[in-house]
This record gives sequence, structure tokens and C-alpha cells, in this order.
Amino acid sequence: MTGNYIISLYVFVLAGFVGYLLITRVPPLLHTPLMSATNAISGISLVGSLVAAGGKFGAVSTALGFIAVICATTNVVGGFIITDRMLGMFKRTEKPAEKPAAAPTESKHA
Amino acid sequence: MRELIMQGCYLAASVLFILGLRGLTKPDQAQRGMQMAALGMLLAIIGTLLHQDILTYQWIVAGLIIGSIIGYPLGKFVPMTAMPQRIAFSHMFGALAATLVGVAEFWHDYHEGITISAPKMTALGFEVLFGALTVTGSFMAFGKLQEFITGRPVTFKGQNFVNLILFASALGCFGYLIYDPTNMTVFFSMIAIAFVIGITMVLPIGGADMPVVVSLLNSYAGLAAAATGFVIGNNVLIICGALDGASGFILSIIMSKAMNRSFANVLFGAFGSAQISAGAKSAAGLTVRSISAEDAAVQLGYASKVIVVPGYGMAVAQSQHAVRELAELIEKKGGEVKYAIHPVAGRMPGHMNVLLAEANVPYDRMYDMDEINAEFASADVALVIGANDVVNPAAKNDPSSPIFGMPILNVSDAKHIIVMKRGMSAGFAGIENELFYDEKTSMLFGDAKASLVKLVGEVKSLE
Repeated sequence: MTGNYIISLYVFVLAGFVGYLLITRVPPLLHTPLMSATNAISGISLVGSLVAAGGKFGAVSTALGFIAVICATTNVVGGFIITDRMLGMFKRTEKPAEKPAAAPTESKHA
Repeated sequence: MRELIMQGCYLAASVLFILGLRGLTKPDQAQRGMQMAALGMLLAIIGTLLHQDILTYQWIVAGLIIGSIIGYPLGKFVPMTAMPQRIAFSHMFGALAATLVGVAEFWHDYHEGITISAPKMTALGFEVLFGALTVTGSFMAFGKLQEFITGRPVTFKGQNFVNLILFASALGCFGYLIYDPTNMTVFFSMIAIAFVIGITMVLPIGGADMPVVVSLLNSYAGLAAAATGFVIGNNVLIICGALDGASGFILSIIMSKAMNRSFANVLFGAFGSAQISAGAKSAAGLTVRSISAEDAAVQLGYASKVIVVPGYGMAVAQSQHAVRELAELIEKKGGEVKYAIHPVAGRMPGHMNVLLAEANVPYDRMYDMDEINAEFASADVALVIGANDVVNPAAKNDPSSPIFGMPILNVSDAKHIIVMKRGMSAGFAGIENELFYDEKTSMLFGDAKASLVKLVGEVKSLE
């Protein structure tokens, strides 16, 4: 029994490291999308909610699970849609339909 | 076989989530990355539906449908200006789900007469503690950002002492439960106390410190999910929770650093309540030079390099579209326009970037503080729109100032500075800003949007 928790702890710590390495490389430019993305991903609580709502653990568990499914689904659906919408707005200079005259001042910075 | 498919789905989902977050390290790959993450979520849900404990599907289907109906408009129609409160609001949902799953688990074991093992109770305790305090904390943050709760820090005598007592009693309950996991009264008391802690924790934190709080709550919501994973023995939950927890934690540290304050100071400091009068330099005897839109337009129109410094005021006035229009005009006249974005400008990490992106400002024109600070010296005009504390030179040269040591944008290096501001009121930190009295600075008073529209008109007529 305790062994499982030790393995879980390994998974947790290693995933935390992966998270640390990835997130420190996310540019400040995308910090808001990052927040809404992690928010959508935290809707993974849905996995636990589904089991509570669908299992035969009694009426109370079902009711709590049902509400939890609603909450988590809201996050998943809303979170992924808004992140996608937001990321769709980030565009580079050259693409948008501008006259070619304005473009050549390509900004290269140190 | 069922178990195998389920675990396969979870594993694939975990990999897709990590790849999804990796996409966010590059702006041009971010959108595809998030689509992978969404696919991962779908796989995780499908996998879970195969779980052998699930016997009936009607509540699941009903919940999924209702959640989607609520979630869709929250994703599709919420304006970008409302992003900070939108995010705070959804942290509340995520945390509530985790808390409820924890309660359901406890309730089930209690009534089945199963003695909860100490490791499980530990995880369960973390789950409901983090969950519950994130629910009310996020609600408070949401209220402050939406402004139905005052954005000013609310403080009272002995506040930290009360918080300490609350915190200690929650921990006391937690400890007792590990020793005796059959006591339901203690379990629910612990949740109730955690709810109260969420409120008292956010109450004394002012509007300008919200970036730290929102990031921290993001982290807590993730940790609650990870704890859920420990309780029900599910790795995909643990992995996602750890990723979210790390993300929120890193963001809050970045935000704290950008304000030159420690975590503890943000949480317990109630910024700008006591020190305001003590530290601020008096403005007496100094004069500001105000400028007309016509003159400002001449400066901008003939500038070869303009750096725009947006702040929360730009968001409030909803003037980001007018800013872009002005920038395009300057560019058409041969000038170069860049945007300098301070990490804590606005109410959440990256707030300004999203607003500008929405207004079709290309992201390669937006620069972080470290990237652009050296460039102010070569700028003809620095145009400050509704930003205050992040450009306050007192952070550099006035050791008595409450914001001393905070990294700022070196706006005063520019040849000319135009500050757009509603009036002469102090910033959120309540500190007088020397920049406004600088002889290179001209103040363009009025609503940012109205001023910008006027500027656009004036620059156009320069031809």
C-alpha cells in the first residue's frame, strides 16, 4: 500500500522537474496563455470526478461527483477554447495584410 | 485488457500535455501544442470512462453536457480585457472539483467503514485543504478584479495573528485526521477553516499585487489536482497537477521578483497601506509640463523611434486598438515603434501582451523589460500609456521609497517622454512619480482612449 504512494511521489517530483524545465522557457509574451492552458489542463480533475459520479458509491458521492464533473468540464472546455482563441491572436509582423513597404524594418535585437 | 487500454490512454495523455506545454515556449508553435494537449484531455476522458468502478453513465453524460454548455461561452465570448478575472474564476471551478472529489472519497470510505490509511489521509488532507482555500481565494481574487470587492488592501489590527491562528488550527485538524481518520466533524471543520483562510489570505492584497496572487492560486489548484491523483492512485492527475503546480509557482516567483518583493511580503505585507506617506517624496514645489495633442502628434509623427509603454491604464481605457492605429501611422511615416512590457504591467502575467495581440500588434514588436531597457537611450519618444509605478525612477534612486529596488523600464533615458494620464493621482502603490516632473517629460492629460484618437487624427493631418 505504502509502496504505491512512494511511486506516486516519484511521479510527482519528476513531473514537477519537467514542469520547471519547460515553464522557465516560456517567454513572458505567452504568460497569460500559459495560465489559461494550465488552467484547462487542471480540469484533469475530471478524471476523478467521473469515477465519483458514475460509481455506485451512494447518492452523496454521485451528487458530489456530478457537480465536480460540471465544474471540471467547464474548465476543460472553456479553458482550451479561450487558450486557442488567445494564441490565434499572436501574429508575426510579415503575415498580416500590410503594404510591403512597411515590412522591411525587420526588428532584430540583441 | 480494459486496464491496459486505460493506462495507455493516460500515458499518451501525459505525454501530450507535456508536448503541449513545450509548444508554449515558441509563439508560432503554441497553438498546435495546445491542440495536442486538448487531444490528450480527450484521451484521458475516454480512458477513464473504461474504469471498472463506473457503473452508470447518466450523471456523467449530464455533467459533461452541462459543463460544456457553461464552458463554451466562457471560452468563446469573454473579452480579452476580462482575462484576469476569467482565469481567477476558473481556478475556482478547478479547485471546487478537486475538493468535491476529496469529500466524496472521504464520505464513501467513512460509510463503508474502511479505515483510511495514513498516507491516503495525508493526500486527502492536502487535496481538500488546497482545494478549499483556492475556491474562496479565487473567488476573492475574482471579486477584486471584477471590482465588486474593493481592490484596495483590506487590513485590520491583528490580521496576521488571526491568519496564523487559522492556519495553525487547520494544520491541527489535519494532524489529528492522520491519527484518527474516522472523525468526520474534524474533517469538515478543516474544510471550513480552509474556506476562511482563502478569504483572509486574499483580503489584504491590493489590486496591483494580483499577478502574484492569481499565479499562486494557479499553483494551488494544480497541487490540489496532484493530491487527488495520490488519493485515487492516478498518475495522469499527479503529472498534470505537478505541471500546473510548477507553472503557477514559477510565475508567482517571477512576478514577485519583478516587484522586488518576497513572497511573504506580498502575502502579508498589504502593500502601500502604512508606508505611503512615510516614503514618498513630496511633490511640493515641482511643476509638470502639460502638452497638447497637436504638439505631441508632431513629436510622434517625426520621431524615428518610438517606444510605447503600456500599463493597466491602457486596459482600463480599452485603448489598445487606438494605440495600434497610432503606431501604424508612425510606421507609415518612417518611424519605428516598439512596445516595452514590464512583467507586472496589468493584473496578471502577460496581460499587456494579450491585449496588444488582440489589437493586432505583431508579437515581434513586443519586448520584455530586459530586452528593451538598453534601447530607451536611442528612442526619440517614450510614450507611457496608463503606466505609473513600473516607470517610477524612485525605484532606482530613492532608498526611502516603498518600491525602491524594483526593476523598472528606463523610460527617462529617452530623448522625450510623453505620459498619458487621467490626472495627477498617484499610482497603485500610492507613490509620487518623479518622472512626471522630469524636464524631458510632457504630460498629456485626459482619458487615454480619447487622447489617442485625437493623436491619431493629428498625426494623420501632419501630411
